[in-house]
Amino acid sequence: MISQFVHNNFMTAEQVKQIVIDIINEIAPDEDTSDLKSEVNLREQMDLDSMDFLDIVMELRKQHDIEVPEEDYPKLASLDSCADYLTPKFNT
Amino acid sequence: MSTSTNIPESPIKDSKLNGKHFNCVIIGAGMAGLASGIRLALAGKESLILERHNASGGLNSFYSIKGHKYDVGLHAMTNYVPKGTKGTPLTKLLRQLRIPYDAFNLYPQLQSKIHFPECSLSFSNDFKYFESEIAENFPSCIDGFHKLVAYIQSYDAFNLENIAVSTREVLKSYFNDPLLTSMLLCPTMYYGSATEDDMDFSQFVIMFRSLFFEGFARPINGVRTIIKALQDQYRSLGGIRKMRCGVSKIISKNKRVEALELDDGSIITANNVISTAGFNETLALFEPLKAKNINQNNVGKLTFTETITLLDKQPKEFGWNDTIIFFNQSEKFSYKAPKDKLADRNSGVICFPNNYDYSNQANLEYGILRITALAHTEKWFNLPETNYQSEKAIWYDRLLETALDVLPGQPKSLKGIQKRTIAKDMFTPKTVKKFTGHINGAIYGCPNKIKDGQTSLENLYIAGTDQGFLGIVGAMLSGISISNRYCLKD
Repeated sequence: MISQFVHNNFMTAEQVKQIVIDIINEIAPDEDTSDLKSEVNLREQMDLDSMDFLDIVMELRKQHDIEVPEEDYPKLASLDSCADYLTPKFNT
Repeated sequence: MSTSTNIPESPIKDSKLNGKHFNCVIIGAGMAGLASGIRLALAGKESLILERHNASGGLNSFYSIKGHKYDVGLHAMTNYVPKGTKGTPLTKLLRQLRIPYDAFNLYPQLQSKIHFPECSLSFSNDFKYFESEIAENFPSCIDGFHKLVAYIQSYDAFNLENIAVSTREVLKSYFNDPLLTSMLLCPTMYYGSATEDDMDFSQFVIMFRSLFFEGFARPINGVRTIIKALQDQYRSLGGIRKMRCGVSKIISKNKRVEALELDDGSIITANNVISTAGFNETLALFEPLKAKNINQNNVGKLTFTETITLLDKQPKEFGWNDTIIFFNQSEKFSYKAPKDKLADRNSGVICFPNNYDYSNQANLEYGILRITALAHTEKWFNLPETNYQSEKAIWYDRLLETALDVLPGQPKSLKGIQKRTIAKDMFTPKTVKKFTGHINGAIYGCPNKIKDGQTSLENLYIAGTDQGFLGIVGAMLSGISISNRYCLKD
């Protein structure tokens, strides 16, 4: 599991995206995440609503001790924006 | 949380809960309370669900007498959609609770109807069928009906800013036929209205979607399947639930819940408290009690009585093929507590739990006939015990006769049905009060809903029926929404 070496190693943007995809697979098991386009809004590609984004934030906190304040939720819009926003948080 | 001298010393020294602190305490293990608990547990918050009764489920529960299993509440789970349907309340709630669709073991209804003296409208889980029934029976109203449907589809019923609007007035603006208006109000009111004769349009929209756009289904083993799925999920996530342990006082200080006193005298504390006991029922626990907090105009009064008859044959063998029948026998449909009788025979709901499409599963062992009617709260409450039992017997027969009038097929007489009866039971407003604690035994709670879930205490929230989402799916969504909004973040 990627998450096991999260806090010891430097995380790449690709690894952070995979972490987000793993979380989506966990919270929305019926959604197909195999062909997600990194630059496209997640909500345009999948049936996710604001309740689901709350769960992504919840799992980031639970699994990785990463806090995402409510005003930053829009920064989780696409996989690319997730990587831009979360990678520095994983590496501090 | 700092301890305060305000918290009384508990006389119970060895209670396991006494002195404990929780992130969140949830009052009530009904649909809303269990759903709230799952959300908190998923977020890793230490939560405790307290339930005064010995069974979970609240208004939708189950019991056994002499080896026969009975359900209370749930005739049908509304909001049914087939597996994989996106963006609907059922799909959202299953995802939020991380419960697989199949865990509820749902089977769709066969067909139901709204039965009035002048006309009968059938409907199924396919909305087009209902539209065709309306086109056939109300040709002059069909264009208006289509426009109403489009409005209902686009209406934001969950907007907390919505002001109360009369459904009768809205319907009148789409078609001018009082019969069609009454026929649409009959099922929507019976399945969720806490107000008499008219309902808030937001509530009508929620009900209309859940009954007609979505539909009816039932687990083959009844409501216990849903309750078990919720309990199992809560337990597997480490949630704590204590049964036969109610909250007797909500002790407040500086507009916050300071502590909770339990029935056994234990004192516990929590960052947040979610109460699913009902809005006024929660206010009644306040210590110090501020009686002025309870607005008598907002105390729910509408309540029901229901008969349950177990028969030695399946309903279809009597010629009864519908799943649910919403009926009205009087000239003008009225959804009102009866004025001078214990129950209202003019309208009601008949339900056959056998009449679902259980596909290749064996149907229920016995035929089950349930009849629900509006009841007079005070009259039932004021009966002395001896009369209570005899009145129950009298009204059981009367409601059965009413149903036999409405139903096609045979038998038509009370005697005929008695010969086929294996067992029977009946609940009254007194039963509802006893097992749910609801003032007046009110089924749909208080008339003015607490849509934002907030109370005069800043860390106490209302979820469940009185928050305003209706039906069991609504109750679960209410628990989810209130937890998400107020209790997951800190």
